[in-house]
Amino acid sequence: MEKFEKLTGVAAPMPLVNIDTDMIIPKVFLKTIKRSGLGVNLFDEMRYDREGNEIPDFVLNKPQYRDAEIIVAGDNFGCGSSREHAPWALRDFGIKAVISTSFADIFYNNCFKNGILPIVLPRDEVDLLMADAEKGQNARMTVDLENQEITTSDGETIAFEIDPFRKHCLMNGLDDIGLTLEKKASIDAFEARAAEARPWV
Amino acid sequence: MSGKTLYDKIWDAHVAHEAEDGTCLLYIDRHLVHEVTSPQAFEGLRMAGRKVHAPDKTIAVPDHNVPTTLDRAKGIENEESRIQVEALDRNARETGIHYYPVDDIRQGIVHIVGPEQGWTLPGMTVVCGDSHTATHGAFGALAHGIGTSEVEHVLATQTLIQKKSKNMKVEITGKLKPGVTAKDITMAVIGKTGTAGGTGYVIEYCGEAIRDLSMEGRMTVCNMAIEGGARAGLIAPDETTFEYVKGRPHAPKGAQWEAALAWWKTLVSDDDAHWDKVITLDADEIEPVVTWGTSPEDVLPITAKVPAPEDFTGGKVEAVKRALDYMGLTPGTPLNEIKVDAVFVGSCTNGRIEDLREVAKILDGKKVADGVRMMIVPGSGLVREQAEAEGLADIFKAAGAEWRLAGCSMCLAMNPDQLAPEERCASTSNRNFEGRQGYKGRTHLVSPGMAAAAAVTGHLTDVREMM
Ligand code: SF4
Repeated sequence: MEKFEKLTGVAAPMPLVNIDTDMIIPKVFLKTIKRSGLGVNLFDEMRYDREGNEIPDFVLNKPQYRDAEIIVAGDNFGCGSSREHAPWALRDFGIKAVISTSFADIFYNNCFKNGILPIVLPRDEVDLLMADAEKGQNARMTVDLENQEITTSDGETIAFEIDPFRKHCLMNGLDDIGLTLEKKASIDAFEARAAEARPWV
Repeated sequence: MSGKTLYDKIWDAHVAHEAEDGTCLLYIDRHLVHEVTSPQAFEGLRMAGRKVHAPDKTIAVPDHNVPTTLDRAKGIENEESRIQVEALDRNARETGIHYYPVDDIRQGIVHIVGPEQGWTLPGMTVVCGDSHTATHGAFGALAHGIGTSEVEHVLATQTLIQKKSKNMKVEITGKLKPGVTAKDITMAVIGKTGTAGGTGYVIEYCGEAIRDLSMEGRMTVCNMAIEGGARAGLIAPDETTFEYVKGRPHAPKGAQWEAALAWWKTLVSDDDAHWDKVITLDADEIEPVVTWGTSPEDVLPITAKVPAPEDFTGGKVEAVKRALDYMGLTPGTPLNEIKVDAVFVGSCTNGRIEDLREVAKILDGKKVADGVRMMIVPGSGLVREQAEAEGLADIFKAAGAEWRLAGCSMCLAMNPDQLAPEERCASTSNRNFEGRQGYKGRTHLVSPGMAAAAAVTGHLTDVREMM
């Protein structure tokens, strides 16, 4: 997994609340057996009409946001289906950080497995960043994971919280499975205990 | 120290390792797998040269893509769907996990097959690469959906990296009124808490109205916990649970049954347990409900009218404008005057035998309205077999409904079972998102009885008028 340290890029504003994973990547694209290549279909039904033409009003189709690397989103981003295709599609498009007042649980987890940093902030700070994002491509934001800080295009800084373990994994691009397998002895010991206590499982 | 909740007890019994910052390795007792979210996980394992850690605790069944038409033996037409199902077939056979292929009578929706076969038991940890894994919480099992990277993690290690959620109690006091069902309870709760109200929590549903529910009804309630944003929904196991579990193919037998039962009986929240959030609803105040918008929180009693954007505040105003436009609805329209083109009965929310009985009760001796197509899709091959044995299938066919084979079908429309653009559907499934049941399709979530009533009248209908 690619490491995440510091990112300076264009942020796209998506103020709609409850953007669900069906919107992020509609089900027709779940039929792939690969992880890559989903970026062109990110937000497909909002981004293209039935004939496959771009809908000019959609934020990521606007010239100033085509290269966005950050999304500032409305409440409860990523709700609904557990599909990891949602972060795969975001990542494939080039999105590396998403900022909102809240995220759905499974989506939030899935982001970290794919090098995407989801940031939860209070409403007034999200509003401020949303307004900054609305300024377009010259308004580049900086997300600094090491110092847990976002800098707006005006130089204002906003601190954010993040779980230390997740931060460590993201900053070092660590693979969860490898880390867990280092604890194999604990897992084996648990299995032995559980076999005694709950042999029917 | 205060007592423990049911969630605390199951959690504590499954921590295989705890780091200093509270990050745990949670041991997983049952891992359910379907064809859509697993191919990349198996591929990842193979590429890393890793093995499935506990094949005997892993159960696979194809459900999302499988055709539900009677001629499905002839294979899957759509190439990508076929490749996905074939990939599951190959992965299951190569790794030696339990597997119910398409032509097995036990095949069905993964969340219906698990409980039916006795794989899901009280006190277990159950995961699946599917958000509606919450369904299994009905047994007092800690069950939740995971992403594909986590599927790979569980395959490789039989554990998940987790931090504990907070405890939320949802109590439904008193008794339900006639015509009000488990589906109405779970939708009414989401209507009250919103789709993010449960975020960060594991919910335990309790109270007289929950105790009174059958296992089928409890599964319906827990199924939609995820729609309220919760990591999982739980209901403490009791005699109803034990009765359901006993004798199932993979349930414990003999002395093991007795040992299991003794432990299961301890799986209740202590009286002095700590709750981070408590919600109470009076069962008496719950009406048969429907959704009018494109979020499961857009819930109202069938007796209400389509709301207006001005009835809301904040970001929801825009969302409601967009939803009404998408749904083709005008504020002020009585919900029971909304005409439907299609009715879908099925899914892991309402595809069990009891749901089909409810539908049959309403349809018996009646006809599906002209111009309405009704699709009834059992949750598993065994549910289908039972519905035929009980004569329900005859009622469905006589009414003019399509009686299908088991699968997810029009719940998410990955196979050809889809709505056409702007087609409107009364559906017993769990999500009314834009495009969920077909591009530009319009979904109203309802209980099975309400779905049947809509099929007969051709518009959303208060099921109590037909009882
Ligand atoms: S029936 Fe619907 S909700 Fe349930 S597993 Fe299938 S697609 Fe998901």
